[in-house]
Amino acid sequence: MTTGSPLLTVRNVTKRFGGLVAVNDMTFDVKEHEVMGIIGPNGSGKTTMMNLISGALPVTSGAIDMRGHLLSQAPTHEIARLGVARTFQLVRVLPGLSVIENVMAGAVFGHRRRWGNEARFFAEALLERIGLGAHRHQPVSSLTYIDQKRLEIARALAGEPAVLLLDEWLAGLNPTELQIGMDLVASLRGEGRTVILVEHVMDAIRSLCDRCVVMNSGRKIAEGAPEDVLSDAEVIRAYLGDE
Amino acid sequence: MNGKDVQSLTAIVVCIIAAACFPFIADGYWMSIGVTAMMYMALATSWALFSGPTHYISLATAAFFGIGGYLVGTGMSDYDLSFWLMMAISAVVATVLAALIGLATLRLSGVYFVIFTLGLAEMIRNLVSWVQNNFLGSRGLYVLTDFTDADIYWMLLTVAAAVYLLGWLINRSRLGFALRIIGNDETVARHVGINTAWSKVLLFMTTGFFAAIVGAIIAPRYSYIEPNLVFKPELSFLVVIMALLGGAHRLWGPIVGVIPFTLLWEAISISFPNYTTLLLGLAFLLIVYFIPRGLIGLIEDLVERSRA
Amino acid sequence: MDIIISGLLLGGTYALMAMGLNLQYGVARIMNLANGEMLVLGALAAFTFYVSVQLSPLLTMFIVAPAAFLLNWLIYRFLLRPLVRRAKNQGQLEVDSILATFGMSFALVGVMVSIQGGYFTYSFLADPFSILGTTVALNRLIAFILAVIIGLALYLWLHHSRPGMAVRAVAVSSDASKLVGINVSRVSALAFALGGAITAVGGTLISTFITLDASIGVIFTMKALIIVIMGGVGDIRGAIIAAAILGLVETAVASLIDPGLTLAAAYLIFLLVLLFRPQGLFGRRAT
Repeated sequence: MTTGSPLLTVRNVTKRFGGLVAVNDMTFDVKEHEVMGIIGPNGSGKTTMMNLISGALPVTSGAIDMRGHLLSQAPTHEIARLGVARTFQLVRVLPGLSVIENVMAGAVFGHRRRWGNEARFFAEALLERIGLGAHRHQPVSSLTYIDQKRLEIARALAGEPAVLLLDEWLAGLNPTELQIGMDLVASLRGEGRTVILVEHVMDAIRSLCDRCVVMNSGRKIAEGAPEDVLSDAEVIRAYLGDE
Repeated sequence: MNGKDVQSLTAIVVCIIAAACFPFIADGYWMSIGVTAMMYMALATSWALFSGPTHYISLATAAFFGIGGYLVGTGMSDYDLSFWLMMAISAVVATVLAALIGLATLRLSGVYFVIFTLGLAEMIRNLVSWVQNNFLGSRGLYVLTDFTDADIYWMLLTVAAAVYLLGWLINRSRLGFALRIIGNDETVARHVGINTAWSKVLLFMTTGFFAAIVGAIIAPRYSYIEPNLVFKPELSFLVVIMALLGGAHRLWGPIVGVIPFTLLWEAISISFPNYTTLLLGLAFLLIVYFIPRGLIGLIEDLVERSRA
Repeated sequence: MDIIISGLLLGGTYALMAMGLNLQYGVARIMNLANGEMLVLGALAAFTFYVSVQLSPLLTMFIVAPAAFLLNWLIYRFLLRPLVRRAKNQGQLEVDSILATFGMSFALVGVMVSIQGGYFTYSFLADPFSILGTTVALNRLIAFILAVIIGLALYLWLHHSRPGMAVRAVAVSSDASKLVGINVSRVSALAFALGGAITAVGGTLISTFITLDASIGVIFTMKALIIVIMGGVGDIRGAIIAAAILGLVETAVASLIDPGLTLAAAYLIFLLVLLFRPQGLFGRRAT
């Protein structure tokens, strides 16, 4: 699975908030068709890293590049059009729009842009595929939590992004929902999509990721296959403390 | 274009034709009220084009309106230019000004935008008065045309119809969809690839453009123009209140608000001239606390309840 | 030199009214566009008491402060809290509170016009006084000194008392404050009432040296907002410096170019702040 060429390169990226260095000199690649995990203890800078890639926050220094486009210099909407789509740590659906319109938002303005009936049919097909077809004309407020999370993925996929960022997408799900969620991500992987995911659920990391980057206090402390990095002494120390 | 579109377009055209016949049945008094109402319809509808979906409350109407009226006055009076030329110039000036204001404030939180537009008309009035007193000589500006009230009415109707049709087209376009998403969650909007700043600035420019044209058309009605007359901050608030009274979330909402409010306001201004400010305040409070979604919202709720 | 002295003296009272607005916006999260009317109300009280019973504005202050505190508390409790409850998010609260305070602002102007339609003119301590070689009116100096004292008292209260600390906590994060057992709703009401009282006292002081009328409140609202944004929301030190800058620039423009252009000058400052330091003079760039 890790045979693709690098799609996204992160070089010496640093993010400061006043005196706090949230992301410190991060460097890694994401290859085409791979699912890459960013893991680490709470407050290690994972979500900030995601926000830097998606352009929610500007980088302080360093460069993020995708297929020759400098994402770290581009405004957020430009990054989305270049093919980066994301979900949010706290689920963000558009409450005033129906389910189908939520998905169309991604299809109309995303990486591959559609309009009119083309966008509608594409969004309907996506909803069908993700298991929300029956809910398409309901208001989003009637959806359950897992369904809102699915809707968010559908919106992100609707623009046919080159890379999908999932920020703790599996957090807060009950065991049944978790299985549904993991199957969904696994199917994305099966389709050969490029995904970066930030996750705390270790089972998900082991079964879904081709490769992992481990962060602690804003720095990269390990990189490699999930089973290797999770047995790395420094990684264990970062999670469990010095004992 | 599907059947529903044809239906609503037909309805729009019928309404416009009906409105165009008003001068043939109205006497002088009603004609003058008709002109006022038509002026507010154009202003409130174009206000809602921007503020309805985005929820950014613009108080810049009086500034753009004043630019229209003042430029027509100064152009015709001091430079002998034609009414139509000055109307075009004022529209361009207002659009450019709207773009600059939008670029400076619409990238930031909505509060900054409201505050900036709050004193804008007053500030421009000060500047204009200063320039006029110090450099141009402080004589009055006369706008002398042979337009009748009916002519002004028809011109305003044309503008209102243009605003309405534009709004109708925008609602069916990517831009309209983008604005609805922005109104729901601006962060999500940016992350799905919408240039939020540009969408907002573009719509704000549209409202500036139309408000200046309306100001220009109204100028002949005053015939004598001075800055205090055309840059009246009260106008901005009246427009907001009428649009909200009708319901800013629908294109035809502001029109529903304009007619009753214009009549009411006319009556109040005659019977209680000293209490207009107080009553304006109470009207604002009434809308915020009791009809937050406007008259249309009330109707929609009733319809929904009777269905349930 | 004249400009600097009178600019700074003016800035002192500006700082006071901006502090009032800052408390209301920074803590209670209400953008109060009726703030200027509260100031004019304080001025109207000073004028009325002085003209009718020759009561010194310095004494009127002690009537104005508790009265305005009560009035603002009632406004928060009965008019604004329902909006806070109803709002689904911060954006909706912002729109609702802006519209509601517009309504209050107009209603207050309407009431005040019916009480006193003309200018609030009276002469109080308009004696010349010499300071650093510049002659200023005594009333300006006294207003400045009182503004400094009130500002200092507020600062000490915020930083060295339990309720003051609760107010600051809510300003930083109302959600986290709830978790540590602060009654956010009560603290917000307190901050709103206190902010209104401070602004009204500022109005009483200003009325001793500037002639106001019932409908001028919106101009002061503008100025207070510009100061708050320039200084950074919730930043008292920033507000003081911003007020001084605004006072200086206005005085300079008024005496060097034209008094009619003070608002335009304020706008120019506002524009520069929005373009270059939207997070306030000392604020960190928002995340």
